[in-house]
Amino acid sequence: MLSWMAWTWPTAFVFIGIFSAMGVLTALEIRSPGGAERKGVLGLVTTRGDRLFISLLGTVYIMLAWLGFLGMPLWWPLGICIAWIIFCFWKV
Amino acid sequence: MKTQNQKAWFFVLPVLILVAFNALIPMMTVVNYSVQETFGNNVFFWQGLDWFQQLLRSDRFHAALGRQFMFTGIILLIEIPLGVIIALSMPRKGFWVPVCLVTMALPMLIPWNVVGAMWNIFTLPDIGLLGYFMNNTLGIDYNMTRSPFAAWATIITMDVWHWTSLVVLLSYAGLVSIPDAYYQAAKIDGASNWAVFRFIQLPKMKQVLTIAILLRFMDSFNIYTEPFVLTGGGPGNSTTLLSIDLVKIALGQFDLGPAAAMSLIYFAITLLVSWLFYTLMTKDDAK
Repeated sequence: MLSWMAWTWPTAFVFIGIFSAMGVLTALEIRSPGGAERKGVLGLVTTRGDRLFISLLGTVYIMLAWLGFLGMPLWWPLGICIAWIIFCFWKV
Repeated sequence: MKTQNQKAWFFVLPVLILVAFNALIPMMTVVNYSVQETFGNNVFFWQGLDWFQQLLRSDRFHAALGRQFMFTGIILLIEIPLGVIIALSMPRKGFWVPVCLVTMALPMLIPWNVVGAMWNIFTLPDIGLLGYFMNNTLGIDYNMTRSPFAAWATIITMDVWHWTSLVVLLSYAGLVSIPDAYYQAAKIDGASNWAVFRFIQLPKMKQVLTIAILLRFMDSFNIYTEPFVLTGGGPGNSTTLLSIDLVKIALGQFDLGPAAAMSLIYFAITLLVSWLFYTLMTKDDAK
């Protein structure tokens, strides 16, 4: 039934990751509603969901930039991405 | 304490299901395709990130992307100021209001492919009204199947003709919502027309203009049908915008993997620009 979607494990893990992140956000939102709104270092008012969005979008661009300018392997940008995500949830 | 009623979520459910089937599941499939190679028959081979790397370094992609940004940039630079100017010069009350509004709305009611076909015939050098007039009466060599400049001028004019009305209608809606008291105060202070525009009308139009620019950006960045029907991406590749190139790769060459990678990058660009623009424009509103 799902064969036309041509699933692979790596892409499946990407989506499992994104959906579980959204699940965690939902759980946090039920426990403490309001989205932990604050004004971050970039001058933007962000909630937890915004911070997840910014970190994911940034991750995409870090990976694409590294792939385009320097090529494989992608271990270094993975480190940068993790740092970026931590920065997003901590300061933005 | 207020009772919490969560039943409203059920009303959102149909939309969720619809979005899942027309956006989410196809999107996931595109992600799956982008890391694989297929020769049909539902057989896929793992390819890793090769398609992305190839694409990011391909001149063809850079050229199409450049043309896309040029097209979107030019039409935004024309349509937004033009739309605001037209909205400012439209009457605010009386008999001519509905006449203006309906005339403005007309181009937007015409389907994309019809717009393309109309402009195609309109600009034919031998029988088209504009084409014949330019070539035989004015003596200007105007043939969009031969000259890239003519092709560009035509697709931009077509888009301006088709979509400036959207900016006009949105700006007009913003303008009529300004209470008379603001204008009276400006009159008492002896404000010039420019000052009235700069400090009353423009700030009041900011929100609708944000929406207008966003809509025009996304629509023009994803434009396909009109230039495809009008020029088919030609002459040569001169009007092959990103979406036209994407369809060529996906359906013309049946390279689903590279096409999927390309559409994901395409999507990432649209998402980033829209998000950046919206966030920057509404940054000061949220206090």
